[in-house]
Parts: sequence; structure tokens; C-alpha cells
Amino acid sequence: MPRRNHLSRRYLLASAVAGATGLAMPGMVRAQGAGGRPPLKVGVLLPRSGFEASIGQDCQRGVDIAPGILKSLNLPELAVMNADTESNVDVARERAEKLINDGAQLLVGAFDSGQTTAIAQVAEQKGIPLVINIAAAPDITEQGYKFVFRNFLTAQMILGSAFENQLELFNLIGAAPKSVVYMHVNDTFGTAMSKGIGAVMPKFNMPYKIADEIAYDPTARDLSVEVTKAKAANADALLVVGRLNDAMLITRELVKQRWTPQAILSMGPGWYEDQYLKTLGKLSDGPISLVPFQDPNKKLTKVLEAALAKAYPGINLSTNHVYTFEALLIAADAYKRAGTSDPKALADAIRTTNITDNVSIGPGIQFNAKGQNDKLKCGTIQNRAGKLVVLTPKAAANAKPEWPMAPYQNRA
Amino acid sequence: MVAKTPVHVLDYLTRLTASVFADIPPRAMILLVTLLALLLIAPWLINDYLLTVLIVVLYFAFTGQAWNIMMGFAGQLSLGHAIYAGLGGYIAAVLFARFGIAPWLGFLAVIPVAAVCGATIGFLAFRFRVAGVYFAILTIAFAEFARIGFDHLDFVNASAGLFLPVAQYAHNDLWRLRGNPTMFYYVILTAAALVFVLCRALLKSRPGYCWLAIREDEQAARAVGIDSFHYKMAAVMISAVITSFAGVFYAFFYNNLFPEQVFNISRSIEMILGPIIGGIGTLFGPILGAFVLTGLAEALNTALIALGFDLPGAKQVFYGICLLLVVVVLPDGVWPWLARLIGVDEARR
Amino acid sequence: MPIDVYLNVAVAGILTGLVYGLMALGLSVIFGVVRVVNFAHGEMMSIAMYLTVLLFSSLNLDPLVMLVPIAAVLFVFGYALQAGLINPFISRPEHSQFLLLVALALIIVNTLLIIFGPDARTVQTSYTFDSFQLGALIVDATKLYAGAAAIVVAALLFAFFRLAPLGKAIRACADNYTGALVVGLDVKRLYALTFGIGAACVGAAGVMMTLIVDVTPIIGPTYTLLAFVIVITGGLGSMAGALLGGLLIGVTEALAGLLFTPSAKSMFAFAILVLVLLFRPQGILGRRSI
Repeated sequence: MPRRNHLSRRYLLASAVAGATGLAMPGMVRAQGAGGRPPLKVGVLLPRSGFEASIGQDCQRGVDIAPGILKSLNLPELAVMNADTESNVDVARERAEKLINDGAQLLVGAFDSGQTTAIAQVAEQKGIPLVINIAAAPDITEQGYKFVFRNFLTAQMILGSAFENQLELFNLIGAAPKSVVYMHVNDTFGTAMSKGIGAVMPKFNMPYKIADEIAYDPTARDLSVEVTKAKAANADALLVVGRLNDAMLITRELVKQRWTPQAILSMGPGWYEDQYLKTLGKLSDGPISLVPFQDPNKKLTKVLEAALAKAYPGINLSTNHVYTFEALLIAADAYKRAGTSDPKALADAIRTTNITDNVSIGPGIQFNAKGQNDKLKCGTIQNRAGKLVVLTPKAAANAKPEWPMAPYQNRA
Repeated sequence: MVAKTPVHVLDYLTRLTASVFADIPPRAMILLVTLLALLLIAPWLINDYLLTVLIVVLYFAFTGQAWNIMMGFAGQLSLGHAIYAGLGGYIAAVLFARFGIAPWLGFLAVIPVAAVCGATIGFLAFRFRVAGVYFAILTIAFAEFARIGFDHLDFVNASAGLFLPVAQYAHNDLWRLRGNPTMFYYVILTAAALVFVLCRALLKSRPGYCWLAIREDEQAARAVGIDSFHYKMAAVMISAVITSFAGVFYAFFYNNLFPEQVFNISRSIEMILGPIIGGIGTLFGPILGAFVLTGLAEALNTALIALGFDLPGAKQVFYGICLLLVVVVLPDGVWPWLARLIGVDEARR
Repeated sequence: MPIDVYLNVAVAGILTGLVYGLMALGLSVIFGVVRVVNFAHGEMMSIAMYLTVLLFSSLNLDPLVMLVPIAAVLFVFGYALQAGLINPFISRPEHSQFLLLVALALIIVNTLLIIFGPDARTVQTSYTFDSFQLGALIVDATKLYAGAAAIVVAALLFAFFRLAPLGKAIRACADNYTGALVVGLDVKRLYALTFGIGAACVGAAGVMMTLIVDVTPIIGPTYTLLAFVIVITGGLGSMAGALLGGLLIGVTEALAGLLFTPSAKSMFAFAILVLVLLFRPQGILGRRSI
């Protein structure tokens, strides 16, 4: 049987041995490897080219640093098979089929909700467990799937937790904005969040009113008008749900249009990402992100941080790496407990996952009947001199908030 | 053309069938029958992964054929066909998700919408004499309109995306298009075969001859009394309706729709690569093109993985180079060349 | 809403429009003369943008200094592309040209992805964040420079096509291909020159664009489409038309963004395009040819 699946160099030898012994058929691997058990074949699907390439390749870093850490945790080895979804739903489905065909016993992926939905159908139909690293569309875990697990927050969970954290933050600093102008990108995530806001916000008795809502195009090349409009709303703070590209565009416009809001409160990606910090330097300081994140006080976080610093110097650990790594952690843990690579047994093992020694904020990793980890929480992250600090929740905090934001004009 | 009694209908159908299968060269007939036979038994021969690939191939063969009616037969370059597929997918999906209406009934609702949409674009273009590249840009503009419009249409969940409820795969429900890939495979195979026969019938009838006349020289066609406006409108509308079925299939196969994805210009481009590579204006070109392109993409992928070459983007570079070589070396497409080679080159019409 | 908001938005729209116009000038030259549907236009611009980023990060050269050299590099690229690859396609049907350039675009995008990675690259000069304040009006400095560059480039091109013998010869090719052959013009070389000139404009636009937006490998396709919208609106082959088209689209989008929801503002650009196609297919300032 020709071995077509890609394995990283580290596994080439091991898999060559397995191939030579003719035991590479899916579900039939019974050979005892050096570590006691043959590595579990995990197909990782990420959008590493196309319009989501930047995020997909960032997630991949979480995969690349996993083997050493899993080994140090005394978990069984994983044979990772990488696949690129090309940021495309059809390709994602094909790649999932191919991975399973090539012997993948568990799938991990795929950042994007559309691609993840396509993969989930294949996984469910083939009875191969899928552990979702990142994807916020609630529908995915509402389909009654038995093989699909998500260790990430749905849009509603992010919103609820983001408001909770804001209240804690305002309480901590003893001040709060009276009004905000809400800017959001009109894409899958931005719209899901905006629909939720109307329902979720009243429950939290927030101290501020939304003065104006400005939706902008995800492919925006220029946000000068949007920022002019936002500035004209005369709000205290800026509430945003966006992405990296527009986070940078908005910041530049804020500087050029000489408007420093009291605070920038982001409930999505972009504002805390590595590139934002690197590209904007001193101008990246100050924005507060209310997002799924790692708990810097957890033991495993420090391990992950060290591993990332070693493999990719200068890259700050954040959401993409954390949740992608945790997906692999879940896989390895389930494989250890199941004692077999039988997909059904693996799925049962994942369902009873109870990992408290993890990385992300919240009590740990457990799944409800729908396969959703509903215990996950957001944190409040602030950019400080090119680093990320956690302000709330209290258990995960490692710094005091800086409030209000330092004016952009004084940062020469 | 409307027959009044069942006998007439039967008679008409017989003549139509006869004309469809008349004067096909024996070798081409053998080729067709072999291909169809292989495709029919394919699910027993190949694994699930290759079956998924074949579904994609047939999907693009189907859309390519539909696009070819407009471009290959009537000479109108559309770069916005995603609009018809998107409308088809969204309408059928929303009817199913909100009201439980089966996709086949949903398609009945799609047909007039797609036809009217095609007619509107065609009417504006042909009345105002927008042709060539300008026509192509006009079709892009409409597809972009639809994309941005649906991005703001709350009824279909706007840009948050429309998700269809996925039933468990306990049994295949052909009426509601819920089932395993094998069922979807036969649906798209049947559709591709039907549209192939339809295109052949069209080419062998009055509209086909008129379209070719218009494609070759519209002035001359008008001079001999062909109402070019009506025939071009017919081409756009037929092409639009057929393409909209592909959208219905897409929606129920992938179970999620995002305006950003389904109305994207890259979708329109994907649809037309097959027929251009295969051979514009030929019946077999779109099918061959779909096989060649999807096969090429999968082969490149497999080859790169086998070489341990995990470099995002590399596949697309090689894919682009292959496209470039084909269009430089075989400007008329692969099929006319291949047909000459195997002696069935009656196919270019 | 206070009046100064409208003023600021209008000025932002004008400047953005001029930048769009600069970006579309090259396409106007290529599409207007060679009649090739350059669907790799935005991708060619991203090559220039990456060159700028590369030179800035390695040699710390100011983008404004690199304007002419990078335009020259792109000239050579365009010349070679036309002479070596595209020329046989001039007489071929549009769909054939389209496929060729789509393939080229695919190669460019993914080669850039492989070389530079997926992350956004940027050029941050001392004046990147500058803006001028005149009362309530705030003017973005880099956009102002880019707008000025657009006007200069357009004027140079206009002068070249009106006054220089070579420019006149190129116009002759555009006006009457057969006639140009008959009077003994080397059409092949002239087309290659034209493509080179168009590419040089794209190069200049790319350099200026790096001051305004971050460059990623996938930035190309959006700009390709935008350039077509502008060039067709303004009028093929007309330098002033490209600028006017850019201005019209820029200001319309800006005001639509202010008055309606900004996420739907491109709809207005496409609406203008459709109206122009229907009622003035040669474009606002276009004639039958240059």
C-alpha cells in the first residue's frame, strides 16, 4: 500500500517501519511500537493557503510544538497528517475524505465554520472523531452529531463571557464608558456576534449605550470613512468585532484622524494578534481584547509558552496556538484512556474527557452531551509594550489594567 | 413545438431522441457508452475519497455544460455564473430549512427566479448592446450585487451563513436529498448525463444552429432573418436555470451557504475553467475539462505529499503552470486535440 | 450629523479615489491599447508592493525614492510578459486571454505566498501616520502624496501619448491595428512597450499603495476587479478617465458609507458601473479609442 499521507520528518522512520510490516491499514494497527503503542494517526485540516492562510499557518504552529509537550505529559505519540483546506469548503471536504482514506483515525480542524461543517459531515458519516480547534458558529454542535467535539466557544458563549469580563474590568478600575460606538466586520463571525448582542447585552446591565453601529466590508481596503463616522458619534469608547486586516486599518485611521477613544474593547481576533503588535509597534499598545485565550497562571501554559518561544522566537502565544494544541491534547488523552485507536472507542473516550491541567481559561476540558465544551471562558487581554497581559478573570489575571488608553499623538 | 395529444408527444420525443443520437461517430458512441458504464458502476470500484472527487468532477462537468450553452453555443462570455448557482442554493435551502419544503419542489421555485435573473441581465445587455468583455464585466457586477445583497439579507442569515439541518445517515431520502455520498453521486451523474443529452438535442435543433450562426457572425445571422435577441435571451435563460440546479445540489451536499463563498467571483471562475480547458463549444469539452482539472489538482496534491513537500501554495503554483501550458499549447482546448488523436473529431460543432 | 463630517468624508473619498485612479491607470493603458483583459492586474501590483517592502526592510530605502526604480523593474517585467507570453493571445478570443491571465494570477499569488508567507507586510516610514489639520478638516498625508503621484503619472502618460512620436505610434496601433501594420509600424514591439508602460504605472501605484495598505499575497484579486470597474467607468485608454473613474467610485463609496451602512458601499460602485455600461458603454471620458 503506497503511503501518500504526509508525515513530518520525525515520523517518517516510524511510519516506514509500520508500512514495511504491512500493518498500515486504518483501524488495524496493532503492532507494538517503541513507545508501547503505535502513534495515533491524526489528520489536521487547516486553511494554510487562500484568504485565511495567515491564521491557518499560525494554528499550524500549535501543531508543530505539540509532540514534545505531549511526550513530556506522558501521553501517547500522535502521527500528524497535515492537510491544507485552501480556505475552501469543497477542498476541506475532499481533504477530510482523503485523510480518512489514508488512515487517519481522528481529525482536528479547521478554524473556519463553513469548512468545519463540511468536515464534520464526513467525520460523522465515517464514524471518525473530529475535534474542532476553532470555529464559533453555534450550528455545528446543534446537529446531533456523535463524533464531533468542540473545545472552543460559540459566538453566544464568547459574547456572554465578554460582557461578564467587561463588568469585572469596569469594577476593577472603578470607571466605565458611558457610550460606545460599535464597529464590526460584516463576515460570518462578525454577523453572528452582532445578532447575539441584541439578545445578550440586556442581560448584563451594561453601563454603556451603543451610540452607533457601523458594519464594514471584510475585504475593505480603506476604513477612513468608517472611522470618521465612528468619531462623529462622540462615544467614549470603541467596541469592535473584526479581524487582523481591519484592526490595523482602523488603528492607522485613529492615529491619522487624531482620535484616541477612552478604550478599544475588541470581542474578536485582530487586535491582540502578533502581527498587530509587530506592525504597529508603540501604536499597538492599549487595546483590550475580550477573547478566548490562555490562562497564564496555568502550569501547562508556561510549558506551551516555552516550547513556542523555542520553536518560533518572537511569537507571542495566543488563541490560535492554544486551542489547536488543546485539540491534539484531547486526542492524545482520549487515545491513552481508550487504549485503542478504534474510532468508536476514541469518541467514547473523548466524551468522558476531564482535563483540568490544560491551557485555556476556564475550569478545564469537558464535553456536554452535544460534544461542546460549555465551560470555556473568555479573558480580558491588554496589549502592553508588544506583550499580552491578562486582566480578568481574577484567577487568570497577571497584570493591572491601564485605563484610559494613552493618546496616540503622545507616542512618538 | 407544443404537441396536443399524447401520441404527438410520443412522436415528438421519438424524433427528438433519434435526432440526438443520429450521426454520432461509432467510436464516439463506444467512448460515451464506456464512460457512462464506468461512471455507473464507479461506486463499487473506488473508495469514498475518490467518490467525493468524482462528485466534484461531475458537478463541474454539469456547470461547465450549462455555461457552455451561453458561451460555447451562443458566444456570450459570462463571468458571473455564481449568481445563478447561489440563487438556486439559497432559495432551495431556505425553503427546506424554514418550511421543510423538499429540494425538488424548491427547485420548481428556483426555476422562475433564475430565469428572470438571467433574462434581466440578458435583456439589459442585449438591448443596450453590451458585448464581449463589457458583457463579462456586467455579469460580474450582478454577481457582486447578489453577494453584497445576500450579505445583508437577514432572512437567509446574512453573512453569518445558512446551515441546513443534517439528518443522520440512517437511510437515503432522495426526495429530501438527505443521504450518503453515493446517493449524491447518482443524483449529479444523472443530472450531468441529462444536461449532456439536452445540449446535444439543443445543438441538433433550430436553436442550436441559430446560436452557432450568432456566435460566428451576429450581423450575418441577423441578415438571414435570425432574431438574435431572442435566441441570445433563450441561451442565457436556459443556462441560468440549469446552473441554478447545481446550486441546489451544492447546498444540500455541503449543507452550509455563505454569500461570501457561493457568490464569489472565484466560484464563477472555477465553473468556466473546465469548459475552456476542455474545449469551448464542444459537448465533450466541459466533461473532459472537469476531469482534467480536478484530476490535476488531486494528482498534484498527492504527488507533493508523496514527495514530503508540505508547502502551502505550491500546489496552486503547479496548477497555474499547467493551466498556462494548456492554454498556450492547445488554444482550442484539450478535447478537439484529443478527438483528432483518437479519430472522433466530429465533435467540434 | 455636523457639516465637517461630510467635508472630511468627501475629502477622504477624493483622496481614496485618486489612489484608486493611480492603481487603475496601468490597466487603462494595457486594456485600452493592447485590448488584453489583464486579469492579473492586481497581482502585478502586489509584486511591486512586495518589492517595496523588501527594499525597505533590507536597505531601509524610502518608498518615494524607489518609485522610479520599481516602475522600471515592472516595465521590464511587463515588456517581457507581453513579448514572451501574451503576444500570441492578442488575436485570440477573450476567454482564452482570460484563462491565460487567471493562470498567471494564480501563479503570482501563490509564489508570493511561498516566498513571503501569508502574513501582512508593511512599510512604516516617519510620515506614515502624518495628517494635516486645517480647522475641522483632517487630511491624510500619505494619501495626499499618492493622489499627487496619480495626477503626475496621468499627466506624464497624457503628454507621452499626445506628444512623443512613440506615444503617437502606440495610439495609431490602438486606433487601427491593420493600418498600423500597413504603414510599417512594428506592432509587436509597440504592444510590448505599451504593456511595459502599463506595468510601470502599476509598479508606481504599488509603491504608493504600500504607504497606505498592508500587503498580503491575496491582496491582488480585489484590486483587479476594482481596476476594471474604474477603467470601464472612466473610459478605456483615457488617462483623465481613469482618474475621474477613481474619483467617482471613491467619493460615491465614501458618501454611501456615511449615509448607508458601509459594508454595502461597494454596491454603489457596481451600480455606477452598470449604469455606465448601459448608457455610456465607452465610459465617461472614453472615445472609441485613445
